[in-house]
Amino acid sequence: MEVALRKEDNTVVVSVKGRMDSVSAADFEKILEDRLAAGETRFILDFNDLEYISSAGLQCILAAAKQLEPKQGQIALAALKGMVREVFEISGFSSIFPIYESVDAALAER
Amino acid sequence: MLRLKLPSGMGNLRSFVRFISDFAQSHNLSGKKVREVELAVEEAMVNIFRYAYPEKAGDVMLGCEMNDDGQLVIQIEDTGVPFDITSIPEPRLCADIRNRNVGGLGIFLIRKMVNEVHYRREGDRNILTLIVYPERRTCGGPDRSSFLSQHGRRV
Repeated sequence: MEVALRKEDNTVVVSVKGRMDSVSAADFEKILEDRLAAGETRFILDFNDLEYISSAGLQCILAAAKQLEPKQGQIALAALKGMVREVFEISGFSSIFPIYESVDAALAER
Repeated sequence: MLRLKLPSGMGNLRSFVRFISDFAQSHNLSGKKVREVELAVEEAMVNIFRYAYPEKAGDVMLGCEMNDDGQLVIQIEDTGVPFDITSIPEPRLCADIRNRNVGGLGIFLIRKMVNEVHYRREGDRNILTLIVYPERRTCGGPDRSSFLSQHGRRV
């Protein structure tokens, strides 16, 4: 799994490529924790190149969202596809996170 | 049945997932279905790694085969603490971020990724069986096009 970060105004765009399983989710969690500790509150998770995700990845995202709630922060998800999209829908995460077809669409909504 | 037995532990997760992935791919499951099967196996394995052997080390056995009905049969066995995965309640899917709980999601995903989930305890073994039905090849079913070409369109 590869993670690339970039900043667009006040929003951190986290682009994840490859597979996020229970092993690599730990690395993803560290990256999110690091940005949260640095005071970032707005995130777009770019899953355009993410092929696979398991419950560990979902838990990381939920844990980060719980930390952001009292700060009026937000996590948006972009470009979900294939089995990743299916997992988010089945788990009900589609109804608690804003989801966009692309990062551009997510940025346009800020 | 093809079998892989390894010590329980997150360090072996990818070996188990690769094993089932290779088997599923070699039996022509679609890319999406292969990933669904990988997910089910990952979640079952992680559950065992976390809870089956609290005090001593132990092994996990992953077995797979295609049965006569073209179904993929996956068997996961451990000799750890008795644990019936089918008895865990579903998570609350509609809860908002604040009320959404972290637990129960992995087992829920197993149920959603495969067609049948069976658990039994035999002696000192937990035996989890997952069954994946064959995928449908065409929208109309395999006989439709040949029926139409023989009988023409009915008005």
